[in-house]
Amino acid sequence: MQPTSATEILVLELITSFNKKSVPISLSSTFARDLAFDSLTVMDLVAAIEDEYDLILPLNMLPDLETVQQLINAVEALVKAKHHA
Amino acid sequence: MPDLLDKFDYASAELAKLQFLGVNPVGVVMEKILSPTRAIISGKETILLGTYNYMGMTFEPDVIEAGQKALTDFGTGTTGSRTLNGTYVGHKALEAALSDYYDTRHAMVFSTGYQANLGMCATLTGKGDYIIIDADSHASIYDGCAMGNADVVRFRHNDPVDLDKRLKRLPPEAGKLVVLEGVYSMLGDIAPLAELVRVSKANGAMVMVDEAHAMGFFGEHGRGVTEQAGCEAEVDFVVGTFSKSVGTIGGYVVSNHPKFEVLRLMCRPYMFTASLPPSVVATATAAIVKLKSVHAKRNQLWKSVKALHGGLKAAGFNLATKTPESAILAIIMPSQDIMVSLWAAMLEAGVYVNMARPPATPAGMCLIRCSVCAEHTDVQVQKVIAAFEQAGHVSGALGDMAAVA
Ligand SMILES: Cc1ncc(COP(=O)(O)O)c(C=O)c1O
Repeated sequence: MQPTSATEILVLELITSFNKKSVPISLSSTFARDLAFDSLTVMDLVAAIEDEYDLILPLNMLPDLETVQQLINAVEALVKAKHHA
Repeated sequence: MPDLLDKFDYASAELAKLQFLGVNPVGVVMEKILSPTRAIISGKETILLGTYNYMGMTFEPDVIEAGQKALTDFGTGTTGSRTLNGTYVGHKALEAALSDYYDTRHAMVFSTGYQANLGMCATLTGKGDYIIIDADSHASIYDGCAMGNADVVRFRHNDPVDLDKRLKRLPPEAGKLVVLEGVYSMLGDIAPLAELVRVSKANGAMVMVDEAHAMGFFGEHGRGVTEQAGCEAEVDFVVGTFSKSVGTIGGYVVSNHPKFEVLRLMCRPYMFTASLPPSVVATATAAIVKLKSVHAKRNQLWKSVKALHGGLKAAGFNLATKTPESAILAIIMPSQDIMVSLWAAMLEAGVYVNMARPPATPAGMCLIRCSVCAEHTDVQVQKVIAAFEQAGHVSGALGDMAAVA
């Protein structure tokens, strides 16, 4: 897998740091099924991303972020919105 | 045709496994209630140590009499919403009693505390606003967030520094509501309200505190942790329930906000459900008036809490709070199996307690939880401690096995 953006590299790094079971990660991996992240792990991952980018990833967005790619896209959009604000 | 209930098979299987082992945690039936602290379960007299009946108000003769009179005079139910035919003189008297108890201008009564949280969270914040909640918030707060249209931000449990950091990331001009609880019911720990409220206000947020597990015995007037922490003037809304210290059922919000009354026209869980029956309203009113002056009950409650916390600690149990912070004492279990065995052994020994496990609990913990009642006698508390010591060894919660697990 060839990462294509800085955000992608960093978000993948953060996800990997919570991947305690060392499941192979791809852009289409789902957090709940493939990576078996429980709700506490998801909360820690979200907090790590928020701290890294100094932004807020609202809880109500999470149900729509099922895959690694979806999370990366969401972070990219939030970063962009922040710089335009 | 797909069966929509298939997705719950895992839960049925888990329950079946417990039932096979002779334990049914959701199958306890109270055959007789002898007092706020004693019941007959499976034909056996049992001490109740898991009912949230903190002030033991369920059998006060004058409260029962008030309920009976209202039942006779006003009938069995209102058959209507508060906004239509469901507001009786009793409902107005109950709201007046709440305003008096909390010394606030406004009080609004809901049919349950669950609905009060649902209604307030979903109505106060809307699209473009932010609702900021503690990670360990009660289900009714999470559900209120899910029902509303605001963006939901979660901060680390009881952590003012994390709350401050998150509030600072939000647009300064956006509407914000921080939702807190005085006592968190899973571990029985209290919130550092003075700091959390200060941080919220400094960042331009309104504040709501749920005092479900604190009303009646925290603060000089029993108004909760908000009163004890000295931040009543800064807290915009206090939510509570009649299902614990008040000893009946219902929920409420009190506030000094000048525009508060408009919520009666906006809050769907207030409008689209029937109001509380007159008998319940009368017992709630009588109990709240009484709670203002039951100093002996408060003292006995705190005395029992301290004795039980000390006794369990001395027996070797791992308690969730180092000191007795509230009327809930939680024991951290080494495993789910030991939790189930201890719970069953306690019931066998004639003591009813609660068990709790993830996702209801924080940090994946399995807990045995006790809630103390003002009507527990010193003798009952000693009996409970003795039962815990014995059941602790039988179940493996105490001793060598606990250390290994
Ligand atoms: C913190 C908290 N808020 C609200 C509620 C809901 O109260 P009620 O039983 O009145 O629906 C509870 C009780 O379960 C609770 O623990």
